[in-house]
Amino acid sequence: MTTPTDLLATEPRAKRPTRRTSVTLTAGAVLTGLVALLALVSLLWLPYGPDDTSGGRLAGPGDGHLLGTDKLGRDLFTQLMTGSRIAFGAGLGSVAVAALIGVTLGVLAAFAQGWLDDTLSAFLDILIAFPTLLLAMLVVAARSATLGSAVLAIGLAQSAVVARLVRILVKRVLTQDYITAARTSGTSWPRTVAGHVLPNIWPTLVVNLALQFGLAVLAEAGLSYLGLGAPPPNASWGRMLQEAQATFTTAPAGALAPGVLLVLLVIGVNLIADGLRDVLDPAGRGRRS
Amino acid sequence: MARYLLRRLAFLVVSLALASVVLFVLLRMLPGDPANALTAVGASDEQIAAARHAIGSDRPLPEQFTHWLGQLATGDLGTSFVSSLPVGPEVTARLNVTVPLTLAAFVLAVLIAVPAGFVAAHKRRTWYGALLSGVSQLGIAVPVFWLGMILIAVFALNAGWLPAGGFPQDGWAAPGDAIRSLVLPVVTIALVMSASLIRYVRSATLDVLGSDYLRTARALGESFGTAMWRHGLRNASVPVISILGIELASTLLGAVVVESVYALPGLGSLLATGIAQHDYPVIQGVLFVSTLAVLLIGFLADLVQRIVDPRLRGRLSGGAR
Repeated sequence: MTTPTDLLATEPRAKRPTRRTSVTLTAGAVLTGLVALLALVSLLWLPYGPDDTSGGRLAGPGDGHLLGTDKLGRDLFTQLMTGSRIAFGAGLGSVAVAALIGVTLGVLAAFAQGWLDDTLSAFLDILIAFPTLLLAMLVVAARSATLGSAVLAIGLAQSAVVARLVRILVKRVLTQDYITAARTSGTSWPRTVAGHVLPNIWPTLVVNLALQFGLAVLAEAGLSYLGLGAPPPNASWGRMLQEAQATFTTAPAGALAPGVLLVLLVIGVNLIADGLRDVLDPAGRGRRS
Repeated sequence: MARYLLRRLAFLVVSLALASVVLFVLLRMLPGDPANALTAVGASDEQIAAARHAIGSDRPLPEQFTHWLGQLATGDLGTSFVSSLPVGPEVTARLNVTVPLTLAAFVLAVLIAVPAGFVAAHKRRTWYGALLSGVSQLGIAVPVFWLGMILIAVFALNAGWLPAGGFPQDGWAAPGDAIRSLVLPVVTIALVMSASLIRYVRSATLDVLGSDYLRTARALGESFGTAMWRHGLRNASVPVISILGIELASTLLGAVVVESVYALPGLGSLLATGIAQHDYPVIQGVLFVSTLAVLLIGFLADLVQRIVDPRLRGRLSGGAR
């Protein structure tokens, strides 16, 4: 009866002053903005060429290289900057795929009744229990290891989570009087969904999609770590970490910096999600998961 | 209860049957011919055809499917295309690593998350309550493989207390070595898992703390401890149990990254190799066993939920709403 999505639902009301809300949102926006700035600047300017190996292998920080160089002599900070583009691409792309498929499926599933309803939700539960990475590995095996495959795979896996959330939300909205009113006044189902259902689930959905963004960034890093993400020479943070693992003790910067940026970005979007929930859904009706 | 058990079991069998059809069809949709992986580059058409015939991939799909089901019925997971070894024993050997790894991590995560989540909710206005919430926020943002790398660097490479990876050749015949090689992977998974669990436990506890029945119990003179124990625990545990089920299942299957960081011969790495080599029997075998595990865990979680919460009786699945 109680679904996992319900779990994170109700904080006691009015325990959260509105002032802290904007602090959460601001902190999240600042963190995410810093990484976004890195990505934007990298489109216009980079300290070194991405393939410039003039720095010498595994040079320490300083001496013209802010964070030193990697094992091929490429500037670490330059790689971090180009990596931020991949992180944002992976996050935005996956969320777009997940939203498109998840919302469509979820709305359709919400109209199912009886055994079909049981079967559909069991199917979604099984899909959700299969980790994103596993599904992603299958998709990547079917296509090839590119950023596009990774984004498609992560988005597909996440669409099950989105679909389940949307199904629950839509079911709840469908019991409301204004839906009955719309239907009795002759509004067709498609118009009711577009005009009354979607606008009412929108706030909760946006918060969830923000969380999915963070999860997608982590999933892409994991795939790249396994060698299944964007192929070299693209500097995905996951791949940078994998390459730096062998030299963790001798050149720690390369094994730490990409991880720190990953954590900052994910915390940033999670804070944005938390802040948005409080702003969009002040009564605490919102769901975090 | 008996009737429910029967219905729920039937549901499990039907789900498993459906899942195996989906599995089979999806795998056959993957591009790439396993026969290519078996034959040398530049093999003649006859050689490729012979390889196809040897592994049975030249037969019609329905026939391949019934053949696979027939094997499954006798507990046979088939034979690897690549190594020509039976898949069943290979999967069992991998489970000897993955199952202890998952269960130990799961237990440790619960031991961390339940008290921590409770304190984070109950003492949310104290500095340590807030700190716990903050740490769990941080924890869900940390990639599991990076945490693994850091733990290896600190405890294996610097301190030298534990091995940096690998699993003893003799497996559990050398129990001390086997346990030592699982300590860091278990801690890695447990920390990441408990970070998200803390949030769920905290939320469930907050729900209970704000509930009318708890206030009533307190007003009737029960101490906070008694009221929480008699009324709070059951109510808070229902949603947490369904999350625990999902977390357990996805950890069992999701150990692939951690197995890769620590070079452990687990189920995940077997699957990764199988995918890379288009070795259908291996992929099928691993995914079938994993699906079975996911369904069984869901079954158990539903059962426990019904025992804990009488209101759920009359519903087929605890996960549905």
